[in-house]
Amino acid sequence: MTKEMNLEERFQAYVDGENKVEPKDWMPEKYRKTLIRQISQHAHSEVVGMLPEANWITRAPSLRRKVALLAKVQDEAGHGLYLYSAAETLGADRMDMVDDLLTGKAKYSSIFNYPTPTWADIGAIGWLVDGAAIANQVMLCRTSYGPYSRAMVRICKEESFHQRQGYEILMTLAQGTPEQKQMAQDALNRWWWPSLMMFGPTDDNSPNSAQSMKWKIKRKSNDELRQEFIDKTIPQAEYLGLSVPDPDLKWNEERGHYDFGTIDWEEFYQVIKGNGKCNKQRLRARQEAHAKGEWVREAANAYAEKQAVRKAKEGSAA
Amino acid sequence: MKAQLLEYTLRLGDNALILGQRLGEWCGHGPILEQDIALSNIALDQLGQARMLMQYAAEQKGGDFTEDKVAFLRPETEYHNCLLVELENGDWGRTIVRQFLFDTYNYFFYSALLSSADNRLQEIAQKAIKEITYHAQWSAEWLIRLGDGTEESHQRVQRSLNDLWEWTGELFSMDAVDEALLAEGIAVNLAEIKVQWDQKVNEILSLATLKRPEDAWMQSGGKQGEHSEYLGYVLAVMQHLPRMYPEATW
Repeated sequence: MTKEMNLEERFQAYVDGENKVEPKDWMPEKYRKTLIRQISQHAHSEVVGMLPEANWITRAPSLRRKVALLAKVQDEAGHGLYLYSAAETLGADRMDMVDDLLTGKAKYSSIFNYPTPTWADIGAIGWLVDGAAIANQVMLCRTSYGPYSRAMVRICKEESFHQRQGYEILMTLAQGTPEQKQMAQDALNRWWWPSLMMFGPTDDNSPNSAQSMKWKIKRKSNDELRQEFIDKTIPQAEYLGLSVPDPDLKWNEERGHYDFGTIDWEEFYQVIKGNGKCNKQRLRARQEAHAKGEWVREAANAYAEKQAVRKAKEGSAA
Repeated sequence: MKAQLLEYTLRLGDNALILGQRLGEWCGHGPILEQDIALSNIALDQLGQARMLMQYAAEQKGGDFTEDKVAFLRPETEYHNCLLVELENGDWGRTIVRQFLFDTYNYFFYSALLSSADNRLQEIAQKAIKEITYHAQWSAEWLIRLGDGTEESHQRVQRSLNDLWEWTGELFSMDAVDEALLAEGIAVNLAEIKVQWDQKVNEILSLATLKRPEDAWMQSGGKQGEHSEYLGYVLAVMQHLPRMYPEATW
């Protein structure tokens, strides 16, 4: 017991000294579990997050936009892979993690349960959803677990590129025909509040945050990150000439921040519970891809085994 | 000559565009993430090639034509892709078989186009050939893996191969456009690449333990704008925004 406490104290001191924890280092079991949960959820979010945007690849309105969108969704698949690998360094198995997603045991970011009915949603996702993700991920570049932090550095670079692309889509729409401008405004109306919810519950309702902060997995609270995002995003919305759907939004000189209205947490918890417009559709799409790919994965394994046997035979014959 | 060069450019451009469009449907739905990424890469290469060719076609058309106007705003009968690329994706095996048959053709086609007398097509071929070499290798590897994988995978790809075979004849049929441009040293001699294609296809099918279907009736018409029922839906999806908002830029 005492020895364990000593290890934990030493671990805390190590983390407090701004050192990175590496896969082979001793770490508290709860630290490991928290990270596996967080990183695998993050990986699932990248993979499920491909779906609402892939919805527009075949309908992107120009060749340039089509190529950029396809490349972006492909990047997300790549992010999923880095993150599954980062989780594997903690002893998790990728296929188990995927099973947890497919059976509904593991969560992914709720934002992807919202639909993308118009082309402007592709702009809004890039600008707002990727923007909110970046706020979180920039912080995670300094997270205490080495492999996660390094994956984040790579991911952040690509994400900022995606965010600029999204903003540029909306800029083109906002400066376009009245119908295009309306499309952009409508997308902002629908994505604004869900984007703010991406930072998670308010600090007084986020019970696990304190421990994560102590271990420097997280470095800023949900409310801090949310405020940063709002402060950064409002001028961008103004520049687009679009209005943010919050009548209570106003600059607070004294705080040096924007004040904003009350988030509808009931909606947040309903979507988490599975009641968003696309929860069932997203999970089904992943389940179907997995099920329809089963014979392909089996064939690839069977072929690899045959090849290994052939190589061994050649070797013994020689 | 001018009209023929434009049609030839569109044939190449539309092959790349429609195949890229079809492959784009897979994104997010592949059998495993690594292969989702690989197939998206091929789709991206096809779309990249489509852009170069559409830009060239737009320049030939002159006036206010742009790559997007050429790519998005033609009626079905003015698309000149071969029928093979517009067919449905089907399962992963069918997509692989279609890809293998087309990539192998495309590899020999673009290798020959490297010596085209048309500078622009020659330059485009130079950029595209590296990508296409990789595509042909990738799809051949997958065909072997599936053909020589499990009993189920073998049956599935053999069935797809039998189904898709009748759409391959068109790849090698020379018409007046091909003949006229071949005489100018611009076009590829399809009879020559047919020999190379046959040899490569036989080699890979044998490694994949698959049986080459008998050459029977071959479908044709895509190059001349006579399409299957599938293309209309591909275009309806692809064209819907530019058609709905003709005044808009994106």
